[in-house]
This record gives sequence, structure tokens and C-alpha cells, in this order.
Amino acid sequence: MSQVRRHRQKLPWQIILIASIAVAFFLSPFIGLLWRTPWSKFTDIVTRREIRDALWLSVQTSLITSIVCFVFGVPLAWLLARVDFRGRRFIRALMTLSMVLPPVIGGIALLFTFGRRGLIGQYLDSWFGIRLPFTTTAVVMAQCFVAMPFLVLTVEAALRQLDTRFEDVARTLGGSRWYVFRRVTLPSIKPSLFAGLVLAWARALGEFGATITFAGNLPGTTQTMPLATYAALDSNPESALILSLLMIAIAFSILIALRDRWLGRTEQGLPL
Amino acid sequence: MFGRRAFAVVLAPIAFFTACTSDSNTQETTTLNVYAASSLATPFELAGLAFEKAHPGVNVQFNLGASSDLARFVEEGAPADIFASADIANMDKVESEELLDTPPIIFATNYLEIVVEKGNPLNILSLQDLTNSDLIFITTNPDVPIGRYTTEVFKKAGITIAPDSFENNVKSIMLKVAGGEADAGIVYHSEVVAADGEVDGVEIPSDFNILAEYPIGIISTSDNKELARGFIDFLLSPDGRAILSQHGFGLL
Repeated sequence: MSQVRRHRQKLPWQIILIASIAVAFFLSPFIGLLWRTPWSKFTDIVTRREIRDALWLSVQTSLITSIVCFVFGVPLAWLLARVDFRGRRFIRALMTLSMVLPPVIGGIALLFTFGRRGLIGQYLDSWFGIRLPFTTTAVVMAQCFVAMPFLVLTVEAALRQLDTRFEDVARTLGGSRWYVFRRVTLPSIKPSLFAGLVLAWARALGEFGATITFAGNLPGTTQTMPLATYAALDSNPESALILSLLMIAIAFSILIALRDRWLGRTEQGLPL
Repeated sequence: MFGRRAFAVVLAPIAFFTACTSDSNTQETTTLNVYAASSLATPFELAGLAFEKAHPGVNVQFNLGASSDLARFVEEGAPADIFASADIANMDKVESEELLDTPPIIFATNYLEIVVEKGNPLNILSLQDLTNSDLIFITTNPDVPIGRYTTEVFKKAGITIAPDSFENNVKSIMLKVAGGEADAGIVYHSEVVAADGEVDGVEIPSDFNILAEYPIGIISTSDNKELARGFIDFLLSPDGRAILSQHGFGLL
């Protein structure tokens, strides 16, 4: 710390000015929101049933999404980082594509694939009687579609940087591949895994476009917090403000709570 | 090596679009911003083209969406010249904020139909058939005109239906019914006409039906009021009326 201070130079004021404009741009919308918030109605609105339903649904679906992303995303990240196979670049591009794609487009694609008349959905319906649109499952699918790439790409980057000698040693000591993966590889990338999970979870919590397009909007079943906020904007702008605030508070407090665990470790390097 | 190429890739489209916009600027076009209910999409786009042809240098730009969204945009100061709503309520909202130049004019009407998938596979023939709970019935939020009209129809018919989804606007209902994701919805007659055979419409008896009135008005903050008046006059002219009636709208 003291070393940093000694080397500190006088910064050009132009850079500080421009950077301050950027900070003001990001900060002012939050102040604007706080400014319009009807605080006196806060508890009244937050305890309403439809709001509680939306909040609970958001918490449930985003946590399930995080688990699904973990279960499927980590093996995919491992494959991308460790195995040189044909189509690896294609899969990586695919991940990036769904990250940069407008979520509404993802929702339309999901609808025409898993919908009742969709490429796969028509067989789900006729063979198993499964209809996905307008169900909570569809909410989780929409969230996974937009959130999983965040976990995959974060974990993949960590796996690539990882020194494979530790795994080699564990193997020579007689550990099975699966054992080494669980007990050596995964613990070594814990901070990145954590970061990836939090990113995916936050993305899932805020998901709007793919959800409303693929899963629809029904209170209690598919109406998550962002959808409820949008619906409230017409009928009850005050609720919309309070809901927005609630979303910010949830996301912010989780990020703060996790900050030390995950940033602290990465700054020190990998915990080996 | 990589840097320069990437730079060119990023820059090329920017240069292209800048060229396009500066091109149109040199002709000094005036843009007329028309905020219209999404059910008006097709006839308004055609009317816009005809109006542009008759007025060189005028570019009619549409913002189509749920009337409730558009009313909110106008209230928040969006640069609209004209607002055409699918119901009186949302026009009233704008009018009560004193954002209208003159009182709105009703220029078209519509009525409702049940929309079902092409061929009506579930054989839905009446409002009563919609009460089947296995059926996926979708509507919009009650602040969107079609959602409120749908509630009114059910109230008149004395039936209660729990929708499976509250979509963003009438186009979204059409998309999902046409694609077979939902079984039925209630939409404007004009939507069924516009779908051109992609869906089937089932009549709602006039006792339970409603008359949707479409008001249009000039926004008081508009810089192009003369032009806006011209566009509304065109809609009320025989040519404009022909376009509206061809697309399933009723005229007064």
C-alpha cells in the first residue's frame, strides 16, 4: 500500500473530469430512482401478495438456474479448457453469442424450439405430454439460456490458467480422474467458480426478455420480479419504483456480501 | 495485425451508417413521429408510405406498441407528434396531462373476436368454450386496451376465465396463437384480417362484444403540428378511410 502511494503521480485533470462524467452517468439513475420512491408506501407495497409471489418466484427460479448452470456448465467449461476437439471454437462462439444476443431473441428461439409446435417441443408434447411455455420450467430454461455462458466462460478461463501439474501429481499418487477433478481441480478454481456462479445468478435474477417471450407472464407461475416491475409500470408506477429498488437492494447486498470472499482471494492469487 | 483488422471490422458499419444518415440530412427531411397502438401497424404503415409520397421530404416514423406504453412515453416527454390510441382511457391519460393540442378525434373503430389456431383444432365456437381450464388462454395486462376489453367481454357474458399469461400487447397474443403455443385469445377483428388466414377468428355475439374506438390527437409539444394535421386529414380522407376499412377497421 505504501509503495503504491509513493509512486502516485499527479493525474491529468482531463482524465479525472471525463471519468467523473462516467461515474455521474451510472450513479444518477439510482439517485433518480430514490428521489421518486414513495417511501411511505414501502411496507404496504412490499407485503402485497403479488409482490411476495414475484419475489419468491424470482428467488426460487434464479437459485435453481444457478444449480443447473453449475451442474452442466462446469463440465462444459472443463471440456472447452482441456480437450482440443473439432468444434471447440464453434461452441465457444455459441456461448458468446447467447451472451451478446438480445434476450428477446433468445426467447423467440426457445419458443420455436421448445414450444408446443417447436422443433423439439412438438415431440415433448406428443410423446410425453410435456408443454413448456407458460410454465415455471420455461422460466428456468430462459434464465439458463442467458446465464449459463457467464459461468462457462469464467470457469473456462480459470481452468486454462490453472497449473496442470497439481492434477498430474494427484494422478500419479493414484487418484482416479473423477476424484482428481472433484478434489483437486474444482477446489483450485473455487474463486472463479464462485464468481461465475454469482454472475450467472445475477443475470438470471434480472432476466426479462427471454422469460416474457418464452414463458409468458402469469403471477405466481412465470411472473418474476422484473416482469412484475414492468407490469406495474402501467397500473401502479409507485409499485414499479419500489420493486426496482428491491431488486437493486437484493443484487447489491449479495454482491457486497460476496465481495470479500471472492475478490479477496483472487487478489492474492489462487488459494493453493 | 489482429488489432487493425478488428478496428476495420468495427469501423466499417459505423462509417456505413454515418454515410446513410448524412445522406438523408442533406435533403432536409422532416420526421413526423407517430405513436400508434400496435393494432394499427399495417394500415398506418401503408398510410405513412402514401403520405410520404404526397409530401416529398417528409419521413413518417412509427412507434408502435401497447397504447398504455405509448401514453407513458408521451407523458415522460418522448418526441411524439401524433398519438393514436386503441382506447379512450389511454388518450384521456395524455389529455389530462394537457399534452394534446386539440381534443382527440375518433377516426376508426374495431370489435373483438376470439382468435384460435388455424383450422380451429379444439373446435372453440363460443365464449363459453373458453372456460375449459385445460385450454391455454392468453391476454394482456388490464392496462393494455385489449386486456381491458377482454375483461369487459367476459363480464358481459357472465363468465370468469383465469388466463395463462398476460402478454405485452395484442401482437404477442397473435404470435403465440398463430404459432400454436396458446390455444386462444381475444383480439381485434382487424388483427384476424391482418393475419390473412394464418389464424381463425370466432365471432363474439354483439350482446357481449364491445366497440373499440380509436382516438387520434396532436401532441402539444410537437414542432410539426401542420404536418401532423395533414397526416390526420389524410387518415380521414377517402384514401385513408379505404386503407383502414381494407384492414378490418370500422369507420364512423
